[in-house]
Amino acid sequence: MTIFLILLIVALLGVSIWQLSKIFQLSQGNADTSEIANDKDNSTQGKLMLAFTVFLYALMAYCFINYHSYFLPETASEHGKDYDILMKISVVLIMFVQVITQFLLHFFAYKYRGKKGNKALFFADSHTLELIWTGIPIITLAGLIIYGLYTWVDIMNIDEEENAIVVELYAYQFAWRARYAGADNELGKANVRFIEGVNTLGVDESDAYAMDDIITNELHLPVNKKVIFKLRSQDVLHSAYMPFFRAQMNVVPGMITEFSYTPIKTTEEMRQTDFMVEKVETINGIRKENSKKLLAKGEEALEPYEFDYYLLCNKICGASHYNMQMKIVVESEEDYNNWLAEQKTFRQVVSK
Amino acid sequence: MSADHGHHHKETFITKYIFSEDHKMISKQYLITGLLMGIIGIAMSLLFRMQIAWPEQSFQIFEVLLGKWAPDGVMDPNVYLALVTIHGTIMVFFVLTAGLSGTFSNLLIPLQIGARDMASGFMNMVSYWLFFLSSVIMVFSLFIEAGPAAAGWTIYPPLSALPQAMPGSGLGMTLWLVSMAIFIASSLLGSLNYVVTVINLRTKGMSMTRLPLTIWAFFITAVIGVVSFPVLLSAALLLIMDRSFGTSFYLSDIFIQGEVLHNQGGSPVLFEHLFWFLGHPEVYIVLLPALGITSEVIATNSRKPIFGYRAMVGSIIAIAFLSTIVWGHHMFVSGMNPFLGSVFTFTTLLIAIPSAVKSFNYITTLWKGNLQFNPGMLFSIGLVSTFITGGLTGIILGDSTLDINVHDTYFVVAHFHLVMGISALYGLFAGVYHWFPKMYGKMMNKNLGYVHFWVTAIGAYGVFFPMHFVGMAGLPRRYYTYTNFPYFDDLADTNVLITVFAIITAAAQLVFLYNFIYSMFYGKKAEQNPWKSNTLEWTTPVEHVHGNWPGELPTVYRWAYDYSKTKENGEYVIEGQDYTPQTAPLQEGEEELTH
Repeated sequence: MTIFLILLIVALLGVSIWQLSKIFQLSQGNADTSEIANDKDNSTQGKLMLAFTVFLYALMAYCFINYHSYFLPETASEHGKDYDILMKISVVLIMFVQVITQFLLHFFAYKYRGKKGNKALFFADSHTLELIWTGIPIITLAGLIIYGLYTWVDIMNIDEEENAIVVELYAYQFAWRARYAGADNELGKANVRFIEGVNTLGVDESDAYAMDDIITNELHLPVNKKVIFKLRSQDVLHSAYMPFFRAQMNVVPGMITEFSYTPIKTTEEMRQTDFMVEKVETINGIRKENSKKLLAKGEEALEPYEFDYYLLCNKICGASHYNMQMKIVVESEEDYNNWLAEQKTFRQVVSK
Repeated sequence: MSADHGHHHKETFITKYIFSEDHKMISKQYLITGLLMGIIGIAMSLLFRMQIAWPEQSFQIFEVLLGKWAPDGVMDPNVYLALVTIHGTIMVFFVLTAGLSGTFSNLLIPLQIGARDMASGFMNMVSYWLFFLSSVIMVFSLFIEAGPAAAGWTIYPPLSALPQAMPGSGLGMTLWLVSMAIFIASSLLGSLNYVVTVINLRTKGMSMTRLPLTIWAFFITAVIGVVSFPVLLSAALLLIMDRSFGTSFYLSDIFIQGEVLHNQGGSPVLFEHLFWFLGHPEVYIVLLPALGITSEVIATNSRKPIFGYRAMVGSIIAIAFLSTIVWGHHMFVSGMNPFLGSVFTFTTLLIAIPSAVKSFNYITTLWKGNLQFNPGMLFSIGLVSTFITGGLTGIILGDSTLDINVHDTYFVVAHFHLVMGISALYGLFAGVYHWFPKMYGKMMNKNLGYVHFWVTAIGAYGVFFPMHFVGMAGLPRRYYTYTNFPYFDDLADTNVLITVFAIITAAAQLVFLYNFIYSMFYGKKAEQNPWKSNTLEWTTPVEHVHGNWPGELPTVYRWAYDYSKTKENGEYVIEGQDYTPQTAPLQEGEEELTH
């Protein structure tokens, strides 16, 4: 499919270049070699401008139709609903303006293509017009800004409710760890200066709150419960990016950054959505194709894909930046508690 | 030529072509150096695009070009990061700042305001040679043992500060910083010169409200440069301190390679603030000159006055002012106080207003014109198109809320490449096609220009429009490969498509290079005023003379945009021609537009 597409594009481009050069040759037929556009050039180029509008519209339509499945699925977090509405409004608005202005620009270019003897209109100023196109953006943007800021404050305002779960996300070149606050729901103090042996996260062993902390390689979250993330880095800047939850925050050495959300869809529920069923099917189709090629080369086949939430690093952090990820599991509160009970506490880790 | 210029005959090869103090020669030096750097920058982008499109494949060409960094044609992840870093640095600073602004500010400021040369020819020469030196150091850094800087063109510490964190942060980063420090010095010398020249050396009658919009754009650009570049210099100096002298401006609580560093109390967020205090205005340092060129080229080729001159000047000033108070929109998720995020969202979205005014004014300038599609005109219209497309997605990125989920994804890459990368490149091309006759006294081939434009226009959209969707899927930028995330498997086709378009677009630039070099030597000889333009540079002789005008400096009687202006009887102001040069005195019964 890809190769076919490429060939098609190359062929089309080849044809268009050939056509263009032919047109140019023809237009050079007369004795005019001044290298300044003449009526024939203006006419050709004007028409190409119009053709370009068609290309641009076709490209936009192609992208929106074919790449529809690229947009992320319905949000898996509470605040994500507002996010998605705001995004939809913005995209619709942008495309509306885009379609109109690109048309005007290229259509005017076509319509007013020059011709000897034509007279341009001496039109230097119009306060009414300028007022209109200063006013309309102001009003539209005011709306967007106000809506945006309400949502922003809503998302970023983290009040430490009593029943919120506190989890530390710990980043280092090139992996993530999660540290749960444990029974007391209070994270023990930590600093990279305490890193030693099994204490890989630098948790302060003398802090009473630290002993029941639980350090894991996977991030498990109970559904419908607010989580407050405290982010800490061991070495360089990282960024905790959780696209399905519309969540991202940088991890900065020397300070603790925060983000918070409430997951509303378990991993299982997300897997069952129509969107994800179809997506996974497509992906497995692709993987099957790739596996065939691998097997032919005598290599191992790819494993079939099953959807899982993930967290990825989104701030350049070194050679293996591209593979700094952690699996996220959203599950029922019961499953979550069971899982957590199976994990070792910090006390168990250090006393071993 | 008048006798009092006789002493210039003594010029030797060295004073004429190398250590020249003539702004026209310096402008050519900037252009050629910029183009050479551009070739390197674009070639790098092809290499990493190939890596993204076919991450599992090995390419012989990688080994040929990258040597030990691509054994058996498989690119090393560190080299991938180095390529994106140097590509960004070269394109933003060396091509689109020095190559664009350096070329056209130097060429046009004296010529369009009616001055014999820059205020200080010597400073101008030093500015170019510092730029040249910094280019040489940057290119040299590609050849050192551990490889060039690789921490992204934004060189955020601690990654850029610690050689333990990645190989590129050793000598490569040192050279990067040295090169940039020299570059900044060059840029400051240039900018100061531009500001002083525009303020002091305007010829008789050239009031500020009669300045062509190109000069307004270069002037304001230089002001932004003077205000913001020193901040980058200080950021770089502090980073050098942290790297080499054990200070802790940006470093705190770091454990790396099994060892705790002594640094305490610094913050990388401070660096981000300092960096983006230049970094964001830099976008406009790149873009405003391109918009200035576009204003001039569109008006001339539409045979119409630029619509809303005062609004255009106002927008340039508004954009310049706002650009210095929006840097925080690069840092919505950096961990800075969310309240600051609100403020920066507000100021950022305000920039959309002057930008919208400019776009609509361009479109209105085309309306009812008599459009002459010279290659420069095509690129100017192309610029308006990409400026709109790229600018609109800024509404998403400038909104702190929406930025959360698209920050640092390919959506951002698509956005800024369209709005400042491609747009500014189009501005550069428009400028070269339009002023080539002035620079070299020859015409460029228009048909090759047309091919260059259309392939580039289709290719650029083909690269960057689909890229938005890849970003919407949540694919982070600066990923060496995305095969570790099966969720992204279905993006593969699109990534291939983008790379193919990128290769085609790059190939089209060879047409330009050929045209440029061929025309320089064998192009058709230019007339004095080929585009029938009003501005002063076209009143100088085709053959360059030191001091620009052989006789007296011209006197200016009107603004630069009296195209197709008619008298009350419906005749053109100067009979038989649809343009009225700035040097033409007001005719009887003619009123000057008040500005």
